[in-house]
Amino acid sequence: MIASAASAVGDVLSSEAMYQSAMRFAIVLAFAAVGEWIAERAGTLNISIEAMMIGGAYSSAVAWGAFDNVPLALLIGVLMGVVVSLVQAHLSHQLSIDQFVVGLTLNLFVLGLALFLDSRWEAVTSVVKPTKVPLLHDLPLVGEALFGQPWPMYLIVPVVPMAWWLVFRTRWGLEVRSVGDNPQSADVSGIHVNRRRREAIMVAGGCAGLGGGVLVLGQISIAGYEGGHVGLKGIIAIAAVIFGGWTLRGTLIGCVLFGYFFALQQTLPVLGYRINAQLAASLPYIVALLVTAVFATRTRQPRALAQPFVRGLT
Amino acid sequence: MSSNEPAVSLDRATGTSATNGPRMMRGAKLVALYVLAIAVALALSALLIAVTGGPWRKVFTALIDGSIRKPGRWGDTLAESAPLLIVALGAIVSTRAGLVNIGQEGQLAVGAATATYVATQGSGPFVLVLALLAGVVGGAVWAGIAALLRYWRKVPEVITTLLLVFIASQGTGYLLTRTFLLLDDDPNKPNRVQTSAQLDADTRIGFIRIFGNAFPWSVVLAVVLAVLVSVLLSRSTWGFRLTVLGRNPRTAQRIGVPVVLAGASALMLSGAFAGLAGATMLAAGTANFRYTPGFANNVGWEGLLVALVARNRPLACIPVALVFGALRTGSGFLAATGVERSIVDVVRSLLVLALLVPPAVAAIQRRRVSPPPAPVSTDEPVVAVAR
Repeated sequence: MIASAASAVGDVLSSEAMYQSAMRFAIVLAFAAVGEWIAERAGTLNISIEAMMIGGAYSSAVAWGAFDNVPLALLIGVLMGVVVSLVQAHLSHQLSIDQFVVGLTLNLFVLGLALFLDSRWEAVTSVVKPTKVPLLHDLPLVGEALFGQPWPMYLIVPVVPMAWWLVFRTRWGLEVRSVGDNPQSADVSGIHVNRRRREAIMVAGGCAGLGGGVLVLGQISIAGYEGGHVGLKGIIAIAAVIFGGWTLRGTLIGCVLFGYFFALQQTLPVLGYRINAQLAASLPYIVALLVTAVFATRTRQPRALAQPFVRGLT
Repeated sequence: MSSNEPAVSLDRATGTSATNGPRMMRGAKLVALYVLAIAVALALSALLIAVTGGPWRKVFTALIDGSIRKPGRWGDTLAESAPLLIVALGAIVSTRAGLVNIGQEGQLAVGAATATYVATQGSGPFVLVLALLAGVVGGAVWAGIAALLRYWRKVPEVITTLLLVFIASQGTGYLLTRTFLLLDDDPNKPNRVQTSAQLDADTRIGFIRIFGNAFPWSVVLAVVLAVLVSVLLSRSTWGFRLTVLGRNPRTAQRIGVPVVLAGASALMLSGAFAGLAGATMLAAGTANFRYTPGFANNVGWEGLLVALVARNRPLACIPVALVFGALRTGSGFLAATGVERSIVDVVRSLLVLALLVPPAVAAIQRRRVSPPPAPVSTDEPVVAVAR
């Protein structure tokens, strides 16, 4: 039993396909998680990140089918993510409606809308061919994973440092962090708290929309948009932020971890291991539960996380 | 502020000291806003159908035909509304305690699965009662996982309850692959169909028949529960404690509310309601008295939306649940119009989004008109303790 488990682990660790698949899931998660990280630093526990991903995924898929132009499709995905985020931002941080209520309703709305529209305008897509970086992609094990992905995946490379720079090296980022930690003080020092929070949500929407687009355009195994296809990946991205203790580096590590478990479900049958289908499918979610349980208390979260700000009230 | 006083300011309606005139104006404005919001939501839905090339008039007619107009339909609508109402009541309990339970869909599935297990072990009314109880326990335990993580490890219950929805659907799917768990072991059953055994005829919930309409007793149960929850939340010590806890946990602790116990039990109770809803669906013949994959069929999500639209008032949930039930039964008549059933999901969530706006706008206006040394604001927790 133990020996066979050990050999299974060995097979998985030495499988090139496994690394490639895990990397793909991790990158898709990372787009959404980076956006969610910014929104949470500003004090919003933004569960409609799921809706933003779905919006991006469906509109990118449709746009690709219509125009056959990948950059345009991704751009439309980003725009759709921003549109969804505008609704979330204004309802929750202008009208001060409970952010979870808005988020949940938006998630159901966008999921239903995409399903309905898909029944009329079915998104038919082909697959973006992997770009192989010469030489490097011949590296053993991780070569394919790191240097042989479809090109939209590589957009994560500029997105992450840009997010870091935005949050830690600009005035806007400083203000975002301050409204997430102490909105009252930020308000007194002249920062427009709810406007910063709205902007942070919009950045999250753009990132998540891009993530949705990359999910549809970059995955080899899936063509077109399917209803349940984003399948709570947005929520997993939130779990990655919690796992990462609201730091960018930790969030990315969380994405790789969850990406690995998503990949297990795909690759284990290919490697010839029989694993219970339901267990395999729910593995990333179970891991997310366990991991957040372990890490949620250890780290310092933005102090005003999920607390609405209304001037004059404490 | 002493522990007796918050009761006054906890009542939203008495929060401001305005005279009757402006208040009536405000009421009229609120009603107008509501009408406008609903009109906008319906117009957007119609536009969406028209843009995608569907006959929007026929869609709305079909929805009304399918939910009340055609013979025997309003009984079905009542039957569909009952579980929505029960789920919504549970959502209200947890929201009242300041917890955001959005995993009813999973709790309902687990409750239905445990109820199926018990109900297929025997037959008779006694087994039916046991099965309903099993549903209650199943839902409560599933929500209990989130409660445990919330109070032991401080994981936000928003995330855990959502993750548990997915795990529940996969987990109950697994139960249907093993005959010693839920899978029907009838040899005559077509192969590869994953359903549980059917409930015996006398393990089912009885039906009330009036004017050619039939609806199960669970409808009555749901209404009784609504009244019960309403009374308990507004009149009992337990309800008062939950309210204080939801408004301001620190105050709650100062006045002696056992925060962890009260919060965890509210979350579990909310899951218990969802589980009960699942058990009644099973015994009232959703999915032909069997547990099947996809049994929950969005009832959990929609029940939660009912509570949101009713703004967490148990009695207001009754009419809202009826409307949502009508959308469910009405959607069955959409096939003739050639428009996909999923349009109903869009119409419903658009309605909900639209209905969120008027009270929020009204609250903002109320804050603007109230004079600077305002009394304790109507929407905010009572802050009784100096920092």
